[in-house]
Amino acid sequence: MLEVQNLSMRFGGLLAVDEVSLDVQEHEIVSIIGPNGAGKTTVFNCMSGFYKPTGGKILFEGKEVQGKPDYKISRLGMVRTFQHVRLFSQMTVVENLLVAQHRHLNTNLISGLIKTPSYRTKEQKSLDRAAYWLDRVGLLDLANREAGNLAYGQQRRLEIARCMVTEPKLLMLDEPAAGLNPAETKELNQLIISLKEDYNVSVVLIEHDMSLVMDISDRINVINQGRPLASGTPEEIRQNDDVIKAYLGEA
Amino acid sequence: MQDLLYFSQQLINGLTIGSTYALIAIGYTMVYGIIGMINFAHGEIYMIGAYTALIAITGLAALGIAWLPLILIVALLCAMIVSSSMGWAVERVAYRPVRGRHRLIPLISAIGMSIFLQNYVHLAQGSRNIGFPALIDGGFNFGSGDGFQMSLSYMQITIFITTLICMTALSLFISRSRTGRACRAVSQDLGMASLLGIDTNRIISATFVIGAALAAVAGLLLGMYYGSVDPLFGFIAGLKAFTAAVLGGIGSIPGAMLGGLILGVAESMTSGYLSGEYKDVISFSLLILILLFKPTGLLGKPEVEKI
Amino acid sequence: MAAYNFRHALFCAIITLIISYPIIGFNLEAQGIKVTLTGADASTLTMVLLAAVIVFLFQLFRENILGALRSIPSPLPEAKKEPMAENRRAKIESWVLTGIVVLALFWPFFVSRGSVDLATLVLIYIMLALGLNVVVGLAGLLDLGYVAFYAVGAYTFALLSQYTGISFWLALPIGALLAALFGLVLGFPVLRLRGDYLAIVTLGFGEIIRILLNNWTTLTGGPNGIGGIPDPTLFGMEFGRRVKEEGNTSFHETFGIAYSGEHKVIFLYLIALVLAVFTALVIRRFMRMPVGRAWEALREDEIAARSLGLSRTAVKLSAFTIGAFFAGFAGTVFASKQGFISPESFVFLESAIILAIVVLGGMGSQIGVVLAAIAVTILPELAREFSEYRMLIFGAAMVLMMVWRPQGLMPMRRIHIELKKQE
Repeated sequence: MLEVQNLSMRFGGLLAVDEVSLDVQEHEIVSIIGPNGAGKTTVFNCMSGFYKPTGGKILFEGKEVQGKPDYKISRLGMVRTFQHVRLFSQMTVVENLLVAQHRHLNTNLISGLIKTPSYRTKEQKSLDRAAYWLDRVGLLDLANREAGNLAYGQQRRLEIARCMVTEPKLLMLDEPAAGLNPAETKELNQLIISLKEDYNVSVVLIEHDMSLVMDISDRINVINQGRPLASGTPEEIRQNDDVIKAYLGEA
Repeated sequence: MQDLLYFSQQLINGLTIGSTYALIAIGYTMVYGIIGMINFAHGEIYMIGAYTALIAITGLAALGIAWLPLILIVALLCAMIVSSSMGWAVERVAYRPVRGRHRLIPLISAIGMSIFLQNYVHLAQGSRNIGFPALIDGGFNFGSGDGFQMSLSYMQITIFITTLICMTALSLFISRSRTGRACRAVSQDLGMASLLGIDTNRIISATFVIGAALAAVAGLLLGMYYGSVDPLFGFIAGLKAFTAAVLGGIGSIPGAMLGGLILGVAESMTSGYLSGEYKDVISFSLLILILLFKPTGLLGKPEVEKI
Repeated sequence: MAAYNFRHALFCAIITLIISYPIIGFNLEAQGIKVTLTGADASTLTMVLLAAVIVFLFQLFRENILGALRSIPSPLPEAKKEPMAENRRAKIESWVLTGIVVLALFWPFFVSRGSVDLATLVLIYIMLALGLNVVVGLAGLLDLGYVAFYAVGAYTFALLSQYTGISFWLALPIGALLAALFGLVLGFPVLRLRGDYLAIVTLGFGEIIRILLNNWTTLTGGPNGIGGIPDPTLFGMEFGRRVKEEGNTSFHETFGIAYSGEHKVIFLYLIALVLAVFTALVIRRFMRMPVGRAWEALREDEIAARSLGLSRTAVKLSAFTIGAFFAGFAGTVFASKQGFISPESFVFLESAIILAIVVLGGMGSQIGVVLAAIAVTILPELAREFSEYRMLIFGAAMVLMMVWRPQGLMPMRRIHIELKKQE
């Protein structure tokens, strides 16, 4: 469903991403790994429309999306999280989820002002969806807390729930396990698998936690210094000499 | 010939005003370069400089001192000391406690400070405008007796020379001195600079003090040039100088100089060929157009959004 | 440490003297073209000295003083109160508010004409502040030229009544819509600018509009303004002593009561009250709708909002336009109340006052903003000596609020949403 072909991104004289290609099929978890500064997040930023790539193509369900504005890409069903959690911290947990569903709600101002029946139904539906996902990530009791007051692990889960209420086809997770303790990482592991199995979402994952990556990925792409280094199943990657060298070299 | 003289006159007037805008713009651009905020109160600091200079000049006259260089130097020093202290205090009271908070907060604090200072002077000195003595008069005249006469006054020459001295001194200070180097380091990366042991608070204070001192110089010069001051004197001039800073590329010191001169000339051409009433409209429109089409200004560096 | 403290305190005290003594201690007086300098009287100088001493002592014992201050519990409502018994609280609140509005409906019949007039002004400021609250408090866009839209509303009514003889009731929606249109057209290009640039550009726009009003003499009358703006009518009944327009009747004759100038003042007050309540209710609704949540989301984190499919331009533009709409509303009422308008009513200072109201009341908080509007408008009237210091105090208050209590005196309370567990 997603195909990235020879993606390049240049900042001034710096070529941050150089001819990176990857593809994601339906019902698949694909990871992007690589040492720090390899350009993983830049790839994400290009895919989600925050950066306009300087070269290459990004096809989502057969349509070219590179260079489209970020909010349009998100509306197509490609939604992302951020390396440093980005919540609407002064809004409550449930409001965070409602913001994400604005497209499902009637945007006509007048019908909202006078609360037409169809508006009420849609509003109730989005509340129900929010409640469902809060329950799913274990935050239902905290629904009316300010998001900024949640513990770090809870914020991470809220960010994923906020993506899920938009009913995406492809979820892009940028280091979702960063800062989590082992127990939380394990929960996250199960959550991501369940997103794929139960909700039919494809996932692209940037992650440093190798055990998580190896556990859940169907395929892995390795990039190093902006260039593709290897790609394949976890087993193939584990045995790839280039990858071992890059990682050992870094360590 | 007549047309050329008229044009040259507008050019001279524009460059005169423009070089003082540049002096004020330095304060905006340095502060913005380091802490990324618009110091809305900077125009008021310039106005306070002008008032202090006027008080010093009147005081010296009352004491019977008439030697012009002494009067000018004392007035300049007084203005610079009071404005710099004010710049330091403003940063300490209104900006430092809110540094790093949501971007609206320092901005509102700065606007509050600007309103406060305007009314501080208003209450102390009244709202009427007060005449500023023309200490330096006379000049050169060009052109035939019956046609248009182009004049280049000694005051204008003084403004050019003073601005030139200040700018040269500032450039040397920034490039050569320890504090200047620290300033550049802090404006590159505040966090990293502080990790490397630079006292960033001190550098930020220094930035405010330097900007305020240059604004005070502009206050004395423009006070004499226009011949009067009032408490609102700083508001419009501050906006103009900010425009100059943005035009040249905010954060860039040579940009502020260039922006000031361009804006000054654009304004005086508008007054000279259209109407004086619309010169403010021209500079605001210029500001809006630059921000819309080239927000990095003429010499500014593009910013990459960090995600 | 003690030595450093002492040096620092001394330094601060000297700075205090330097920034206050020359400006306050000498008075410049213009006599003709000659300027003379007089020293201020002894009491002023004592004040300056006292200020320096206070700064010295404060800096010297800074830690102790701040520590003591922190240990005093705040008497103001806290932002993070437990959302207990939400439904009951909401019910009580709505009853209290309805009670206040009903009281406000009957109140003008028992007080002096001057008080009613002042109350009308307060209501106009409430409308303005509620509108600006959408832009600044909710959407986080610092608009320093808000007064321009107020001017558009006022001038629309003034000009239309002058040239076409339009009535207040027709001018009200036209003025508001035209202001909204201005907001839309001006907002479109500027809203992609960053926060601080936006502030300065809106300030520039406000000034441009004022300068145009001042100089387009043939249309706007320039600094002389426009007079003779008609009063509102009630179902064709006029409130003047004599009927001005064909076909209208006069209020006092219809009801067979003696003419009184107070009728008109009270009527205007009631109109302003109804419009202010309308403004508050509409904006309250918006806050609970997707559009209101989108404003706040954009204020909180623009990048995250975009990543969820919110169009930055559309969301900001809606806030800007709706804010402008209510400013246009207020402007029409203002023109009708004054009967005369000139560019002088629409200077930057007005924008600053409205902003001060929003900041003091608590950005985003409607009740806070209403209370602040009342305080800011009435206090200077109550204490005449105070009015001279009004702007000085506003400026200082804005700084102090940002330093100590950026959420305002009455912070916005989050809406409590009841959720049912889904199977």
